Amino acid sequence: MQIKWFKNSAALAAFTTLLLSAAVHAEVFEKTLVNGLKVIVKEDHRAPVVVQQVWYRAGSIDERTGTTGVAHMLEHMMFKGTKSVPAGEFSKRIAAAGGRENAFTNEDYTAYFQQLQTSKLPLAMQLESDRMHNLNLSDAEFSKEVKVVMEERRMRTDDEPHSLLNEKLMAVAFQEHPYQHPVIGWMNDLLSLTAGDAREWYKTWYAPNNATLVVAGDVKTAEVFKLAQRYYGPIPAGKLPVRKPHNEAPQTGIKRIVVKAPAELPYLLMAYHAPELRNPQQDWKPYALEVLAGILDGNESARLNKSLVREQQLASDISASYDPTSRGPSMFTLDGTPSSGKTVADLEAGLRQQIAQLVNDGVSEDELKRVKVQVTAGEVYKRDSVFYQAMQIGQLESIGLGYKAIPVMLQKLQEVTAQQVQDVAREIFQDDNLSIAVLDPQPISGERKHANMGGSHDLR
Amino acid sequence: MTCAKTLSVALWCFGMALVSGNASATPHIQNWQTAVGARVLFVEDHDLPMLDVAVDFAAGSAFDTAEQSGVAGMTHGLLDLGSEGLSEDDISRNTADIGAQLGGRFEPDRAGISLRTLSSPTERNHAIDIMARVLQHPLFPDAVLAREKSRLIASLKEAETKPESIADKAFNKAVFGTHPYGFKSSGEVDTVEKIQRADLEAFYRAHYGAKGAVVAIMGDVTRAEAEAIAQQLTDHLPPGGASATVPPVSMQIQPSEQRIAHPATQSHILIGVPGMARNDPDYFPLYVGNYVLGGGGFVSRLMNEVREKRGLAYSVYSYFMPMQQPGAYQIGLQTKKDQADEALQLTRTTLHEFIAKGPTEKELIAAKQNIIGGFPMRIDSNKKIIDYLSVIGFYNLPLTYLDDFVGKVDKVTVAQIRDAFKRHVNPDAMATIIVGAPEHPVENGK
Repeated sequence: MQIKWFKNSAALAAFTTLLLSAAVHAEVFEKTLVNGLKVIVKEDHRAPVVVQQVWYRAGSIDERTGTTGVAHMLEHMMFKGTKSVPAGEFSKRIAAAGGRENAFTNEDYTAYFQQLQTSKLPLAMQLESDRMHNLNLSDAEFSKEVKVVMEERRMRTDDEPHSLLNEKLMAVAFQEHPYQHPVIGWMNDLLSLTAGDAREWYKTWYAPNNATLVVAGDVKTAEVFKLAQRYYGPIPAGKLPVRKPHNEAPQTGIKRIVVKAPAELPYLLMAYHAPELRNPQQDWKPYALEVLAGILDGNESARLNKSLVREQQLASDISASYDPTSRGPSMFTLDGTPSSGKTVADLEAGLRQQIAQLVNDGVSEDELKRVKVQVTAGEVYKRDSVFYQAMQIGQLESIGLGYKAIPVMLQKLQEVTAQQVQDVAREIFQDDNLSIAVLDPQPISGERKHANMGGSHDLR
Repeated sequence: MTCAKTLSVALWCFGMALVSGNASATPHIQNWQTAVGARVLFVEDHDLPMLDVAVDFAAGSAFDTAEQSGVAGMTHGLLDLGSEGLSEDDISRNTADIGAQLGGRFEPDRAGISLRTLSSPTERNHAIDIMARVLQHPLFPDAVLAREKSRLIASLKEAETKPESIADKAFNKAVFGTHPYGFKSSGEVDTVEKIQRADLEAFYRAHYGAKGAVVAIMGDVTRAEAEAIAQQLTDHLPPGGASATVPPVSMQIQPSEQRIAHPATQSHILIGVPGMARNDPDYFPLYVGNYVLGGGGFVSRLMNEVREKRGLAYSVYSYFMPMQQPGAYQIGLQTKKDQADEALQLTRTTLHEFIAKGPTEKELIAAKQNIIGGFPMRIDSNKKIIDYLSVIGFYNLPLTYLDDFVGKVDKVTVAQIRDAFKRHVNPDAMATIIVGAPEHPVENGK
């Protein structure tokens, strides 16, 4: 019952997306049940274990103003019992089977998973299929759980200055698109969220024809299909609402915000609107941007760390990130902490100089090759984690690219040229396209100087 | 195959699963010493064309002194920032050029370097060459040291504003006093400022000796290749380093409660005592017992009382940190300020009751079902297996540790758990830290 802000998690981006590829791609099998549930199986017989993941194509992108956070709230409520499985029993039964389980919500989807020894797969399917259509959303359980979610928000956002800064920057960078809302929801919305809102959400989006079932591990594909039919097959398809298109109108000038929060060091976050991957065969810019993120920040001697941390000592930490795999528009972000004696303005100037250098002089063949080699090796290392392989499949299905894009994406990354990297850098690194947030650190002693923290809302 | 829910049948099923699966039940661990006296643990596995290697030393922050706190961490941090013939940029660039990944581990007891590489000879040989130089010929360049000191000091100052860091620091001090387990692992601002290159060289010579090195190798190489790798990684280590022992931890602490102001919206609460050592005969009763109290994720007592029943926290947990000497037993949670006292009281009541009565038979069975049934997931990847190799080697656990694990868990009884907890965790003599304490503290019950 944790949420993951994949999109906001800077550390993951460059490398994770570089791993999205498949050189030695073992076979993946799929079957769609009559009710629309897509079942995908990846056999891996290295250990007698299995992972089941169910991915719903419903995330904060599908939320409306006033009820932000409901996607994630529903994720929490999915552990609160069904008509036949009392609250808390789901976790107890999975635990008794030796299993590990959790769930996560982000902008684009909500997913649930269990890892168990292979023989326990039927139990996991029985429980997971049950809560796909029999959830018991009681007011009493809701009122307790929404408090848990508020605590989660306090812990992960309100009291974490960098998260807070990121949340506020997204709210500014996107004026129309729902990515302006945090996955966890605004505190004001959480305060007025009701069990009825959660029931509505569940009724709208939790249906087999809005889900993908991924099973990976020491299983036989035919048996998994049979089990899936037995447990998920009887669930009726839902009538899904028409999804409205969400587009963000082009930005028309630089945006800057300052956020005050208790901290010692200032912090700088620069976010450029950037294209997401839509057509894996024909698009080229997302691949060029992924390679660019690797050139800037793919290893300790990559450009940003080498120049700004090691040589000029403008920053004590620096990173670049870009993830092209999302349902909505992507961003290319640069963020860092100025080293002592330097200001965020110094750091911004340093980053701008790096960008100018990229745009004017391009990148070297060596840099290009280094990134591509890392992608290829990462493809081998990926096979050490069955869970991650299932994640990749589920994520790509949920955002609409499909797992079959995996080998295409790998191939396309290898084809990126130095010229493309330079061209795409020139195109996206423009001030009209940029939002900048600065953390203005406040002392932790004395009066609270920071305004607008979530915690200023009293629960009772 | 379906299983009934009784433990004995679950165990039988578990056994069956291992036999019917084509993966080996537990990995076969090979073990030898290199010419210079380093200990090697090796698992040969050719399923994936990759290799993992880790080399650890008794060189963690427990080997710092109070006056030089941070030297151990800085020594470790600078290993891959300059070696004979390789600048820091050469090291990271050359590693990236072959798709290899150089990493590290720094704990109170252990410090080490790890490597993941493709197993094809060209990549592998190049990667091992880099790792060998990093381990055996570090330069600790002055300019790099100055820069890293400045970065570390900035991050230490930043940590001093974060409620979780403030709580950790106060907790370690309250539980361990002046014992090195109470030091901040990366040092203090004033001790880091004083670190000189000579300190790092001296620490390296004293703590990165061949005889104390533990080499773990997992993956796609033969025994002969593994032997050559282990030799190449250790031949030129400083001599010596065999018996680095951490001073004993004083197990009885005075009860204490510190309330530290902070503007955060939540209070961060930590409660604890010195817990258990890695070789404690009570290891399994304490481990299994703690699963019931606060280690068992969504089904633990603490989770049930604090989160599920009352919605007081998102995260509440307890754990033992078994080390060469007893590491901390810690209970932790975060909750909105004005309900901190309520949550603290509830946590203490839950702990008291557990210590007094232990788990129920039913809870013990559930704990065993999860730990035993989940055993295959502990060793389902090369990464997880090499981590076990390193622990087994470093803490001198039996090579049959993984084979024995299920049996040892299964033998634990309610009486053993009650008895072990009573001897290790005195609920009336614990340290309590509350950072971001309520502004108008309610009179505290106990």
